[in-house]
Amino acid sequence: MDTDQLIRTLAEDNAHRARPVGFALMLALIAAAPVSLLMFFTELGFRPDIRTAMHNPFFDLKFAVTLALASAAIAVSLHLSRPEASLRGFGWLLLIPAGLLTAGIGGEMMMPQRLPMMTRLVGSNSRVCMTAIPLMSLPILAGALIGLRHGAPARPAVAGAIAGMLSAGLAATLYASHCTDDSPLFVATWYTISTALVTAIGALAGSKILRF
Amino acid sequence: MREREDEWTGLMRSAISGDSAAYHRLLKAVTPVLRAAARRGLARAGQPVDQSEDIVQDILLAVHLKRHTWDVSAPFAPWLFAVARNKLIDALRRRGRRIFVNIDDFAEVLPGEAAAETVSAGEVAAQLQSLPARQRDVLQSIAVDSASIKDTAVKLSMSEGAVRVALHRGLTSLTAKLREQ
Repeated sequence: MDTDQLIRTLAEDNAHRARPVGFALMLALIAAAPVSLLMFFTELGFRPDIRTAMHNPFFDLKFAVTLALASAAIAVSLHLSRPEASLRGFGWLLLIPAGLLTAGIGGEMMMPQRLPMMTRLVGSNSRVCMTAIPLMSLPILAGALIGLRHGAPARPAVAGAIAGMLSAGLAATLYASHCTDDSPLFVATWYTISTALVTAIGALAGSKILRF
Repeated sequence: MREREDEWTGLMRSAISGDSAAYHRLLKAVTPVLRAAARRGLARAGQPVDQSEDIVQDILLAVHLKRHTWDVSAPFAPWLFAVARNKLIDALRRRGRRIFVNIDDFAEVLPGEAAAETVSAGEVAAQLQSLPARQRDVLQSIAVDSASIKDTAVKLSMSEGAVRVALHRGLTSLTAKLREQ
């Protein structure tokens, strides 16, 4: 087939309209979410005192942080799905959850505490946290990568890493409603390690799957 | 240069809103620029430049299948060059050489420099044979025999809608096969 023939063929296919990447990502996440929710409700479930916990600002802060991470990563993912885009001008969005967390740590420092700092940091659920967040992330990560395949990222590993943050953010939101460790120090340590792990998996998978 | 790129943007906007003739003109207009850049990339990597047509076709397929990621309010050339650069790096890497491709390679092509001749390309034609029968027949009819969608539908006793679907699927699987090889 010579190039003129190919061009004519492509022009014949001009009527085909692909859906925007955002739409594909949304569908894929909606399809993947039930798997993670099932994992959550069969293995973990909400913490028993969730009604009282809701009045604790540090409990609520966990959701602010994880949801900020998820939404910033969704925005950056969609931006990076365009081939001419780079992280510049968008990457700072990912600092929002870090900023919230830092403010939370500062806030907690200024309040009188019953437990010493190290005890709060180590908490009582660190192992569950580091297992549950990555495991619940995996179905969401798979969905996110399938959705993002619809795009054309210039740097597939970077795009995959951001997809990893996205799925870790969503999985951590679920996990936060189970976990009784509310100290921002605990979140900053264990949630971050879990997120870094999923980000690395995302980068590795993305470098293969998101090439176009 | 500026004018040329504004013209591309205008053509692509018309193409997106359904004007296939404008799309055809756009692809014709960008091909010599892509070809010149592919040759330069191959030459710099110490590869034979007669493989440039495979790269050009690879880029054109990517442009076609990813054009929904172009923002219609943005100029078209930076998007096009980003896609082309990505495909060129990929092609050179597949040929066993890691090389830095400068984005200016695309932007700085002078009109006279772009050879208009079409060299035969082997990869797309070879992959065509490995497609499922339906897709191959439709692509063969439209690309090689220059039949319209309507004529193809009559010839293969399919509905026009089915021909359109097979055409698009064929182009998608062709691209996937090129990427895997």
